Amino acid sequence: MVHIRIRTRTTTFAGALVATALLTAACTGSGGSAKGADAKAPTDPKKVSGTITVLTHKTDLVQDGTMKRYADEFNKIYPKVTVKFDAITDYEGEVKIRMNTENYGDVLMIPGVIPKADYPRFFASLGTEAERSKKYRFTAFTTVGGKTYGQSPMGSIPGFTYNKKVWSQAGITKWPTTPAEFLADLKQIKTKTASIPYYTNFKDMWPMTAWTFANGSLSCDVQANNKLTTTDPWAKNGGELRTVDTLLYDIVHDGYAEKDPTTTAWEASKTKLAKGQIATMWLGSWATVQMQGAAKSVGTNPDDIGFMPFPAQVDGKYCPVTSPDYNQAVNIHSAHKEAARAWIDWFTDKSGYADSQLTISPLKSAPLPAILKPYEDAGVKFIELDQTKGAQVNAIDNESEIGLNKPDYRQDLVDIARGAKKQSLESFFADLSKRWTAAQKSAGQ
Amino acid sequence: MAQTTAHQAPPVQHAVRPAEAKAPARARRWRAVTPWLFLAAPLVLLGVFTYAPVANMIAYSFTDWDGISPELHYTGVENYTELFTRPALFQVFFVSAYYLAASVVQIVLALYFATILSFDIRFRNLFKGLLFFPYLINGVAIGFVFLYFFQDGGTLDTVLGLFGAGGHRAWLGTAESANSSMAGVSVWRYLGLNFVLFLGAIQSIPGELYEAAELDGANRWQQFRHIIAPSIRPILSLTVILSISGSLSAFEIPYIMTGGATGTETFVIQTVKLAFQFNKTGLASAAAIVLLLIILGVTWVQRRLVPDEKVDLV
Repeated sequence: MVHIRIRTRTTTFAGALVATALLTAACTGSGGSAKGADAKAPTDPKKVSGTITVLTHKTDLVQDGTMKRYADEFNKIYPKVTVKFDAITDYEGEVKIRMNTENYGDVLMIPGVIPKADYPRFFASLGTEAERSKKYRFTAFTTVGGKTYGQSPMGSIPGFTYNKKVWSQAGITKWPTTPAEFLADLKQIKTKTASIPYYTNFKDMWPMTAWTFANGSLSCDVQANNKLTTTDPWAKNGGELRTVDTLLYDIVHDGYAEKDPTTTAWEASKTKLAKGQIATMWLGSWATVQMQGAAKSVGTNPDDIGFMPFPAQVDGKYCPVTSPDYNQAVNIHSAHKEAARAWIDWFTDKSGYADSQLTISPLKSAPLPAILKPYEDAGVKFIELDQTKGAQVNAIDNESEIGLNKPDYRQDLVDIARGAKKQSLESFFADLSKRWTAAQKSAGQ
Repeated sequence: MAQTTAHQAPPVQHAVRPAEAKAPARARRWRAVTPWLFLAAPLVLLGVFTYAPVANMIAYSFTDWDGISPELHYTGVENYTELFTRPALFQVFFVSAYYLAASVVQIVLALYFATILSFDIRFRNLFKGLLFFPYLINGVAIGFVFLYFFQDGGTLDTVLGLFGAGGHRAWLGTAESANSSMAGVSVWRYLGLNFVLFLGAIQSIPGELYEAAELDGANRWQQFRHIIAPSIRPILSLTVILSISGSLSAFEIPYIMTGGATGTETFVIQTVKLAFQFNKTGLASAAAIVLLLIILGVTWVQRRLVPDEKVDLV
């Protein structure tokens, strides 16, 4: 159908704009898709051949040659496959548009904006969930109709990246277990040290979205994501996101965040945390390796970078939610599906990528990374949320224009907390509740 | 356009054949075709990159397309109904008021500098270059530069500190100061363009007029009032139109500097977010069409109020 649209576009211009335009739209709607195509794992590694292009957001790893080294390793097992990398800085924006054509690489990370229900149109299936979930984590995130379409090469958990030295200077030895305790700790950091207790990364936007990943760790309920389709996340009694967002509000409102959030800088914040000028940031376990890198480059001790869970416990245990990074998938239009599949399998199972990033391995059998050792010691219970209704949650989210995984509403929250926007927290939550529940009715089914 | 190019006779034929009686007919035909040949390239570009996408956008505005899915449905005027039943979507035009106010400052300043620099003064070309330079810088780069400029304790605070007005200010911290700051950036950026337009118009005024005026004892202000101002009126009204449409569709500076946070969201930023954040491409296309109509409307009203008069000086 794509061809039709392009042809129409070039032959129509001037004249009856609207009439031709409507015709164009009609063409876009028609046409079939290769539904149900599978990318099967090759039986003989020596025989599979072809040149595959891998789209990736890891521009740094392509530039410094790390990905090339992975490809060389891969070629030792699959000698006839040539792997090329296409590193894209604005990954989400660019790949989304490329996906209107058939030309979006052979292997790609599934962009976050693609509705889950559309996966079968764009990607070749990697197998059934029943079979894949025996070996791999995170399979539910890309499963549509029992078939899995992607596999994340690494997983992470959300949490506070913090400077251990600063926290112990303030006399804090234990992880806080409630939001109130956490606030008290920040207060202590503010009075006893010269550090900024908490840094929002407001201007860089995406760090604000990480707060949503705390959903589920307060109730320790694996259904937390599915429940978003039926319950109000900002309900006065028991709305999980309400508690999460209230903590962010309190941090800013009580003056524990940086003075001018509107001009924060992510790259510089890494160095500041490593130097102890910033005490805490809410990110993910993946950030640790970057903070340690920053510590090495400014000459402070990388071991000072710590990581702690959201301050909430159920039955005396923290329940951080594990979630996948970008999921790798095979383009349904790829001419070398076997080679593409081989790359995904090799990268997931054998590359050691997750390990090098200090993140959770996608293999169920692999041990946790060293950075999460304190978690094991503290008896933390890792949970993975049920994703059955993931597509529905996205639909409600878009319909309501709230954006659980977008920065906007949390930026508003911070603006309200620091008095730059005149609104009460109550009315802000009430508005979110209203929009969310209204969208549940119109888009939830 | 393709047809026009097909009519073009191959040059080889042209050279081999003797001219004879057919020449005048062919010459006439060439004369008819030549302007179209010159026009072909720009018209094709205009068609492919302006009108075809606009046609597509109009089409999308009547659908529920999410920007990704190959499937879309015709929904009639539903998107337009939704737009006009959500007044909150139009509240962002208040932000345009900041840019509108800034463009008044911008036009006055540009006019002032253009007038001064059209007379013979020292370092004239240097000043011209200095004023025009910001317009040559990429908008994204400007956004980043001014992000550091407005940082708490950044360049602006440091410079103010030199004059004893030190201290730390969050210039982008509140809606009012953020919008004023960014409107200031837009003045800095577009001043050069307005300035060059005015300068060109002023320099097309014949020099004898000033001489005659000076002989009659007119001072600089009188010369401006009665010679310069009336003769650049078409350019002035063009600039006003550009400024208004620019203010209504302000985008890159606020998008890069704040991403629309802290009450700096403009109509275009809002449209972009609808399309690319919430996958409502159909609705966003409708919003874009509405903005286009608003700008066309404002321009039309303005042309009615200030009709284009012919300038006749001599």
